[in-house]
Amino acid sequence: MAQLILNHLTKDFGGGRPAVSDVSLTVREGGFLALLGPSGCGKTTVLRMIAGFEQPTDGSIDYGERRLSDAARALPPEKRNMAMVFQSYALWPHMTVAENVGYPLKVRGISGETWRRKVGEALALVKLTDYAERRPAALSGGQRQRVALARCLVTSPDVVLLDEPLANLDQHLRKSMEETFRIFHERSGATMVYVTHDQSEAMALATDVAVMSEGRLVQMAAPAEIYARPEGAVVGGLIGRGSILRLPVAEHAPRALAWPQLRDATGSSGSGLRRDVLVRPEHVRPDADGIALEVKACVYEGERFALTLALPDGQVLKAYGDTAIPIGQKAAFAIASGWRL
Amino acid sequence: MRSRHRWLRFSNMAVARTGRVKPGASPAGEPRWLVPFVLACLFLLCALPLISLVKAGFAGLASGNSIGVLTEPATYAAIRNTLLTATGGMVISVVIGALFAFAVSLTDIRGKLTLSFAFMLPMMIPPQVTALAWVEMTGPASPLLKTLGIAPPLGSPQPLYSLFGISLLLGVQHAPLVFLALKAGLSASPRDGVEAARLSGASPFRVFLDIVAPLAAPGLIAGAAIAFVSGVGNFGIPAILGIPAGISVLPTLIYTRLASFGSGTFGEIALLSSLIAAIAAAGLILQQRALSGRDYRIIGLSGANAAFSLGRFRVVVELSLAAILFLVLVAPLAALIASSLVPAYGVPLTLQTVSLRAYEEILFRQTMTLSAFTNSLFLASTAALGLLVVAVPAAYLMNRRKGAVASALGILIEIPYALPGIVLAVAFILTFAAPLPILNVSLYGTIWIILIAYFSSFLAVSLKPVMSAFLQMDPSLEEAARLSGAGFFRRMRDVILPLVAPAAGASIILVFLIAANELTVSALLWSAGTQTLGVAIFNLDDSGSSDLASALSVLVVIMVMALMAALETLANYLPEGVLPWRN
Repeated sequence: MAQLILNHLTKDFGGGRPAVSDVSLTVREGGFLALLGPSGCGKTTVLRMIAGFEQPTDGSIDYGERRLSDAARALPPEKRNMAMVFQSYALWPHMTVAENVGYPLKVRGISGETWRRKVGEALALVKLTDYAERRPAALSGGQRQRVALARCLVTSPDVVLLDEPLANLDQHLRKSMEETFRIFHERSGATMVYVTHDQSEAMALATDVAVMSEGRLVQMAAPAEIYARPEGAVVGGLIGRGSILRLPVAEHAPRALAWPQLRDATGSSGSGLRRDVLVRPEHVRPDADGIALEVKACVYEGERFALTLALPDGQVLKAYGDTAIPIGQKAAFAIASGWRL
Repeated sequence: MRSRHRWLRFSNMAVARTGRVKPGASPAGEPRWLVPFVLACLFLLCALPLISLVKAGFAGLASGNSIGVLTEPATYAAIRNTLLTATGGMVISVVIGALFAFAVSLTDIRGKLTLSFAFMLPMMIPPQVTALAWVEMTGPASPLLKTLGIAPPLGSPQPLYSLFGISLLLGVQHAPLVFLALKAGLSASPRDGVEAARLSGASPFRVFLDIVAPLAAPGLIAGAAIAFVSGVGNFGIPAILGIPAGISVLPTLIYTRLASFGSGTFGEIALLSSLIAAIAAAGLILQQRALSGRDYRIIGLSGANAAFSLGRFRVVVELSLAAILFLVLVAPLAALIASSLVPAYGVPLTLQTVSLRAYEEILFRQTMTLSAFTNSLFLASTAALGLLVVAVPAAYLMNRRKGAVASALGILIEIPYALPGIVLAVAFILTFAAPLPILNVSLYGTIWIILIAYFSSFLAVSLKPVMSAFLQMDPSLEEAARLSGAGFFRRMRDVILPLVAPAAGASIILVFLIAANELTVSALLWSAGTQTLGVAIFNLDDSGSSDLASALSVLVVIMVMALMAALETLANYLPEGVLPWRN
């Protein structure tokens, strides 16, 4: 076990902007890193470089003391002792479930009783013991996903890579697979790197979240940290359902803003340099002492109402409410806290 | 002859190549020798013959000895006849092919798979057999017409020995190419687009005019161009119909010159085959022009066919399609069988006169036909199996690598694909006429020059199914094997080869099917003892033994049908688009 270190990692496919540029990060031993970002941000390319399917054009990847890749050389994927769950699951259609799961063992020269025992254990962990002799084509999406996971388990790899593994599953299955991943991470102790564009998945699973945008690493922190203190508009917009307001805030003001400052800022139509301030909907509350905001939309979401409010200068703010408010009416709200991006 | 595999268009490959995220080129997972090996094979098969042809053509021009051929009246006549017959054939192909394509893919007629299968047969039957069958069907000596008592009086001319006859048969032979090109476009036409037009209030006829016809135009243009180019390069039909009537086209002119003057005319035949290549290229350029600006990418659901209900007319359409099939397929084949069963030329076929003498003769007596069987089976099976050694690695590299290597491979493969077979055969004569360097052995006149020419001719046929298999294979299947620890040969054996095996099987059968019946290439390259089945049929007919030629042709048709049936049983395991009658 060791740390996985990406050092100034860059990949340029030769078409304008590099797909990945100057990404440096360290995944702690046994950590679970979620690589989060919109599609085309380079997160899958980072994953494929870690696996060894792409070679960096600059920078390097190390696992502990061992150099895996740099611009000059790359250890081939088959020698990295890694495993991967592909978005398409990548199960071999001509092999049975057991043969799929046991293939990494077979390649390593393990056969006979040991092979059967290890495959049996892996299948038991993903609750597929009864399906060992079936072909992948006879399985449902969730079952295929679990076969792919069992194939990762079977050789105790150093690093497990997951490429949007839940993208093709329905909402219900996602929740149960998230649980399976969490158990898998606890038991195996492997370092895991998980690529997703779904922030709730990332927050639920990871010990660390790295947000990428346009090939660059924007911020890496623990989930609670990145939610509370995002850096910049990209992270602020991507994580949670906050609204980003342009407000006149003094430069030397603290980044965490409280209601008095926010009241002055939202009320003033004065000039002055405006800055991005992130306001979470759960921090916008009805308050008799607040300022009157016009309700632009009110949508019932089951557990609450989602409100869209307009500031006096027209900027739009999201909030939650317990009761419906007719559209066009004004109501008094206070903003408990905001975060200067 | 090579015209018959012109359904193998590679144009959709480029779209597929750029349309999805491909794994990166580096770090390459394959052994170092693989790229040089494939490039060397493809250079030898694709680029070298073309280079020899261009060199000989220039040498002929420069020395001034051969330039005279370009001003001879015979050459002018051949050029004119080539253009006339290819254009006439194209028109007939478009009419018949479009009718079948529209009926099969757009209407609710019954028995579509059977119709498609039967309609594809003329393409799979070698042109010289088609020509022979039609000759046996018409004219004063036709055993079929004699038996039915409707034969024209003896001495009246055979109507097919004419420019019209050649055009008609080229049209029949190449109609399946138009059918395929058009059907591919039509089956991709969006069902929801048609339904949206119906909901917008358009009548079925308006929908056809406003939605279906514009979407079908690119396929129709492509099909017409393929039919034209195939007509320009066809040898079997003008050889059987034109030579007896003294009508020569460029391919038969090359053949007769080479047969009568031998190696002294290399410069001239290089120039003549360059003319063919130029006419073919002009056809393809015209097609490009016509297609530009017609790139309708299909948006939305496609695949499900937009069915127009024919109502009362369904029976009428079904009957007319059956009538056309009867005329172009059943009747000629019946005439062929009838001719093979008569005891002697000109005798009507009755229960008393029916005889299997012709079969006995070709199967047990004639050493010429026996060695033709041996040669063709050897050439076809060696080419079919040997080509896989090039095709599988080439398809693998073209799918896994991008950039310079993939495009170099793509360009090399396009060369023999775009050249008519007769041009390719001339190119091989020019390449191997001189003894091989170092070994000092000449391949010219041996069976090996035919084999190498087959490798070059049928590379595209062999590659197509394997290429489709690789295109449809999820690249992560191989990546998962790599991460499992499997090296190149290990994952080839355990993952890649089992997955492309059905396509490789189809590739073997297709190459065998086409190579075993080939005439164009072997007509120029054969010598005593190395004649192929195609050459044997042609020579038997040429020497007046139409009964023996018919019997041999019947056996060939039976073989074609058996191999197509074998492919049909494989169909469920094959990637889409491999079997032409099933897409």
